[in-house]
Amino acid sequence: MPPALSALWQYRHFILSSVLAELRLRFDRSVLGGLWGVLNPLAQVAIFALVLSNVLQAKIGNVDNQYSFALYLCAGLTCWNLFNDIVSRSLNLFIANGNLIKKAAFPKIVLLANLVGACVVDNLLLLTAVLALFLITGFTLTASLVFLPLLLVLTIALATGIGLILGVLNTFIRDIGQVTPICLQVLFWFTPIVYPASIVPEQLQNLMAFNPVYTLVTSYQEILVFQTWPDTGSLLNCLVISAGLLLLGGFIYSRAAEDMADVL
Amino acid sequence: MNVLSVSGIGKTYVRYRNEFQRVLSWFGASTSSAHGTEVIRDVSFEVRAGEALGIIGTNGAGKSTLLKIISGTLKQSKGQAITRGRVAAILELGMGFNPDLTGAENVFHSAGLAGFSREEIESKISEIEAFAEIGDYFWQPVRTYSSGMQARVAFAVATAWRPDILIVDEVLSVGDAYFQHKSFAKIRELGKAGTSLLIVSHDRNAIQSICDRVLLLDKGGIAKEGPPEEVFDFYNALISQKENGVIEIKKTGSNKVKTVSGTGEATVESIILTGENGEATDCVGVGENVKLRIQVKVHRPVESLVLGYGIKDRLGQVIFGTNTWHTKQRITNAEAGEAYVFHISFPANFGVGSYSVHTALVDQDTHLTSNYEWQDFALVFEVVNIDKAHFSGCSWNEPNIAIEKLPA
Repeated sequence: MPPALSALWQYRHFILSSVLAELRLRFDRSVLGGLWGVLNPLAQVAIFALVLSNVLQAKIGNVDNQYSFALYLCAGLTCWNLFNDIVSRSLNLFIANGNLIKKAAFPKIVLLANLVGACVVDNLLLLTAVLALFLITGFTLTASLVFLPLLLVLTIALATGIGLILGVLNTFIRDIGQVTPICLQVLFWFTPIVYPASIVPEQLQNLMAFNPVYTLVTSYQEILVFQTWPDTGSLLNCLVISAGLLLLGGFIYSRAAEDMADVL
Repeated sequence: MNVLSVSGIGKTYVRYRNEFQRVLSWFGASTSSAHGTEVIRDVSFEVRAGEALGIIGTNGAGKSTLLKIISGTLKQSKGQAITRGRVAAILELGMGFNPDLTGAENVFHSAGLAGFSREEIESKISEIEAFAEIGDYFWQPVRTYSSGMQARVAFAVATAWRPDILIVDEVLSVGDAYFQHKSFAKIRELGKAGTSLLIVSHDRNAIQSICDRVLLLDKGGIAKEGPPEEVFDFYNALISQKENGVIEIKKTGSNKVKTVSGTGEATVESIILTGENGEATDCVGVGENVKLRIQVKVHRPVESLVLGYGIKDRLGQVIFGTNTWHTKQRITNAEAGEAYVFHISFPANFGVGSYSVHTALVDQDTHLTSNYEWQDFALVFEVVNIDKAHFSGCSWNEPNIAIEKLPA
């Protein structure tokens, strides 16, 4: 077993208690507490829905529901938020924990596990709220929902792979920390989250299929909103890409782990 | 048995012409353009089980870097550091403490970071709370703590499970006197059970009272290694060493090492202790009126010449020391070739034991601005109790005891 994985296993209790502590602390002195974890993304949905629904409502496929656009947004944003959270928070992970890394001897990969854990818990809260919203607005959830755990795992894997690579690189080349948020913005608008994929020209759609986030977001939308089965071929692609990125990230991490304390 | 053996450790902070080359180097590309700053060079030493090793040196000498390498947070560029058993390190005050978590939660956090399981921590938590002695604060967020309280909790966690090697970087100095005593007692107790200690401190008393051996680091290398007193004397000489300064080390009769350093504008030619009868001696009675006769020769003209001296007990603690700056007897514009004799009379109001005299020829009140000559163990003498009632302690403080019996 690679040392990073055995370290994660050895530190599993620590990771669990860190994730719980972080969640508790985030809402420690706020009145609404954990509710904020759900209110924030839902507010985002509300804003997009208000601004864009008149422009785009007619074009959301053949879904017959007055809330269809809002729900479509919810499905896409649930996936995007998880991806975006993990990537953008991993970016500064090692820098933010620089002091700890310099002063305490422990496997640094544990920090990434803490972060991913916290992001996933956040996302599960959001997902619960979104599913509740679907039921409230009269949507029936179908069997295609069984794909949800798989999509969740794929999203985590993809985001963690990218996050690990960027997080390590950003420790040494701080430009990465500046350019990544811009890239994420671009990626957000190049992924059909706030607009339907159908409005994108045909040849561009083929190009977009190479974007694994596109695959994941559309799969979320398919199983939640359109109630169809996601395309297993694309998901397999996505799996291969995620696994490759995770391996690359693990390799870079193993090479850079010892250098990191030198530059922090 | 050695619990730590460090052999030929070097640490170089590599700088690449640009960081992309570092990234390429992970993938096996050659990095000929990299150049580095060497902060530790060729350091080798060993520590036995139960031994306490002090590490001293000026700021930037590489002390903390060395401790970080041994504790595993930094990776050495050269050599090996082999540790046997568990290493616990307190490298910084409140290391890894989250200010918003309570003391107790931080105990779980930082012990978890050290790899202990929840059950292990739960079984020790009350012991840790009791040792830290910070009362209800233990259940308050750490942001409300004083630095001394953080040090208490950090020390309590680090020593809750007896480590095989305990590494402490200066942090104990923020504790109050009570906690310092308590933590030193704990360190001694751990030492008896076999824990080795590595401590960095600028506190001479702390190091002398606890360490068996001291390592002096200078510019990344070991400048001296030996018994605490000897190394500290050398260190004092080192920090006062100027350009052209020389440090000379001689073994004196009593197996102590005499260190002479300085730039040499003026030197102590001879130093004699005379007793009440006016004869030179190295053994005086308690309370005897004695005289130090120190002859100084000026080799190069100096604007200002001050003689300082100090009397140390056998543990190296200064019992008394002063200089002619404080007594307003500075010699100004001394010319080359001049010679001065200083007659210093005082009663030998010391406890029984062995004492040493160190001398300093300087220009002001410290030896830091200019150090013409510094001599440790310039003279060693014994104090014996000839005519006084038995007493203990390091100073003779003649008492007048009157006893009055109260009516029943």
